[in-house]
Amino acid sequence: MTDRSAAAPGRPVDGLLARARRSPVLWAVAALAVLLLFNLVANPGFFSLRIQDGHLFGNLVNVVKNVAPVLLIAVGMTLVIATRGIDLSVGAVLAISGSVAFTVVEGAADPTSGGTAALAIGLAVAAGLVLGAWNGFLVSVVGIQPIIATLVLMTAGRGIAMLVTDGNIVTAENPVFDWLGGGFVLGLPVQVVITALVLLAVGLFTRRTALGVLIEAVGVNPAAARLAGVRARSITFTVYVFVALVAAVAGLMVTANVSAADANRAGLFIELDAILAVVIGGTSLAGGRYSLTGTVVGALILQTLTTTVLTMGLPDEYIRLFKAVVIIMVFLLQAPRVRAALRRRRGPAATAGGAAGTPADAGPVPPDPVRPSVPEPAAGTGSVPGRPAEQGVLR
Amino acid sequence: MTVSDTRLPEAPGSPPDPPASPGWQEAARRWLRSTSTGSSTVSVLMTAVLLVVLFGAGSIRYENFGYPQVALNLLVDNAYLIVLAVGMTFVILTGGIDLSSGAVVALGTVMAASLLQAGWPAPLVIVAVLATGSLLGWLMGLAIHGLQLQPFIVTLAGMFLARGICFAISGPSIPIQDDLFTAVAINVVELPGGTFLSYGAVLALVVVAVAAYVLHRTRFGRTVYAIGGSESSAALMGLAVGRTKVGVYVISGFCSALGGLLFSVYILSGWSLHGIGLELDAIAAVVIGGTLLVGGRGLVVGSLLGVLVLGTIKALIDFDGGLNSWWTKITIGVLLLVFVVLQRLTARRAGSAS
Repeated sequence: MTDRSAAAPGRPVDGLLARARRSPVLWAVAALAVLLLFNLVANPGFFSLRIQDGHLFGNLVNVVKNVAPVLLIAVGMTLVIATRGIDLSVGAVLAISGSVAFTVVEGAADPTSGGTAALAIGLAVAAGLVLGAWNGFLVSVVGIQPIIATLVLMTAGRGIAMLVTDGNIVTAENPVFDWLGGGFVLGLPVQVVITALVLLAVGLFTRRTALGVLIEAVGVNPAAARLAGVRARSITFTVYVFVALVAAVAGLMVTANVSAADANRAGLFIELDAILAVVIGGTSLAGGRYSLTGTVVGALILQTLTTTVLTMGLPDEYIRLFKAVVIIMVFLLQAPRVRAALRRRRGPAATAGGAAGTPADAGPVPPDPVRPSVPEPAAGTGSVPGRPAEQGVLR
Repeated sequence: MTVSDTRLPEAPGSPPDPPASPGWQEAARRWLRSTSTGSSTVSVLMTAVLLVVLFGAGSIRYENFGYPQVALNLLVDNAYLIVLAVGMTFVILTGGIDLSSGAVVALGTVMAASLLQAGWPAPLVIVAVLATGSLLGWLMGLAIHGLQLQPFIVTLAGMFLARGICFAISGPSIPIQDDLFTAVAINVVELPGGTFLSYGAVLALVVVAVAAYVLHRTRFGRTVYAIGGSESSAALMGLAVGRTKVGVYVISGFCSALGGLLFSVYILSGWSLHGIGLELDAIAAVVIGGTLLVGGRGLVVGSLLGVLVLGTIKALIDFDGGLNSWWTKITIGVLLLVFVVLQRLTARRAGSAS
């Protein structure tokens, strides 16, 4: 206790810095800033924006537009991961949704009418809901590990999409889908607007109501959450339905972009991109904590990286290698042990006061002098839920 | 996902000889009960029955299906997948997962093809590919154990890295014209009855045998099972948890690279898009073979049978001709589901019994 009061004079600055260092989102923001800075030096044209016919154009707009489907899925994935789950089937759901929509449009009597588009979109979304309910059922009712439960649909899903399209790439023209693919609202691409609205809605629903806390409670400890009166099963079920729903919407976007539904290629590896965006954004795969802001930043990092490689004129074969290297670096920086080592290296002075550096480890909430009587071990265990225990939980 | 089982495998692979067995049934029952592989043996038997039923149904339905060579072709056509599944079995037995194996297969094919094209001698190429796979596995193992990162996310990064290196080496497909590789691809081992096995299939069977030996007759193998049963208990018992955990990823990396070599012999080309989704086939084979995904229980023979079940399904769909290839994916998905649900149900029963 004396140690803490001794450290108190320096706390405002130190505390802020320490908090910032511990915030995983900050690492992601820093990475994005470095990337943008690099672009500022390497290709000055990167930041030029222009308005043409009342629409915004430019590299940055491309980044934001191309990121829309991935980000949309990543938002759903964030909630799933927050419940300590994962959904590998989003790519397959995306392909099924696109296939359903374009098969409907192609087979309709009047392919260009608005009614056809409405029917197509309705059926595609319904397909997404059904598939999400299936995943949610397997995970929350049957109790299968999420990786495996969704692996089933990931494996079978592309087969189902092929079944829908009869193995062909379905092309169709419809004004509604053209608008979805290349239209603008208030000068911004439609897809960006849709994604922003979904993001806003999810942010409001989870942070302005108790839903976000309940989701995190399920992620920390499903059994305890249930005993505390949280309807853990319904919440788990709902997040899987939601992620499939946004995957279906992303499927409509992706197919509209190219005016073709390709059951094999549409959304291939998008589940990995979405998961990476979430993880880079600082959401722990062990569940219990999540950051939508982090997810947005993570998705932007991935897309900026791709755009950077392309605008620099490097062959796009290198995109994957670049992505891999950046991702590995972010993972390493997020590894608890590496960060602990970094903290230690910052100088023993910062932590010398606390026995075994407990105050420094006390998590995002700075040690509160109002409750000074809490014994050290309790403060250590109670601060960050499951920090040391989170490893190896996701089996 | 509470890991409730703290059971420790009772020294797998040391089946005590039942003294003066009163009858073979009693002996069999006692053996099943006394070895920790007992319940695994039952699930492996289930997989074997499934394989026989599938193959039998095929023989009745399609007139040329019943030939012995069709059965042997399951080994020939899936040799690389068998090797891959063996590596995956080690990892899953410790409760981990390796998502990088498909990408390492691709890396193996691309490396082999480009190095051969550059004029390296074939034996050196083989060593280089195997060393690269093992190195990658070692690095991932270090990250998983040393940095306490989740296997899922580390091997995901490994998958990206391996595919990235593939693309950086060569985007387009490279043909392989090396004498040794083509000789291995063309020549076969003659078996009685006019049947044959490819060298790759023989090698795959050898890998299975070696893996079974390592898992059941060595300290390393016992530690693998112990870690899967309960990692903390294994550590408290003083077992070499760290070395073993890193070791299984090295083995998986090695097996993936070997699978890549077999794959490049099988189709004589190196391409960065080879083997997409192969890791999922391997995981599916391991699960169908009766290995528990939480680790600690399973047999490598089961994974072999799991691969053969997948191969039989592919063969059945090929033989039918009227069915399209996407039915393969759907069937494998459904089969995976059935086995996972079965695993879940047995786990529940075991949980309520204890």
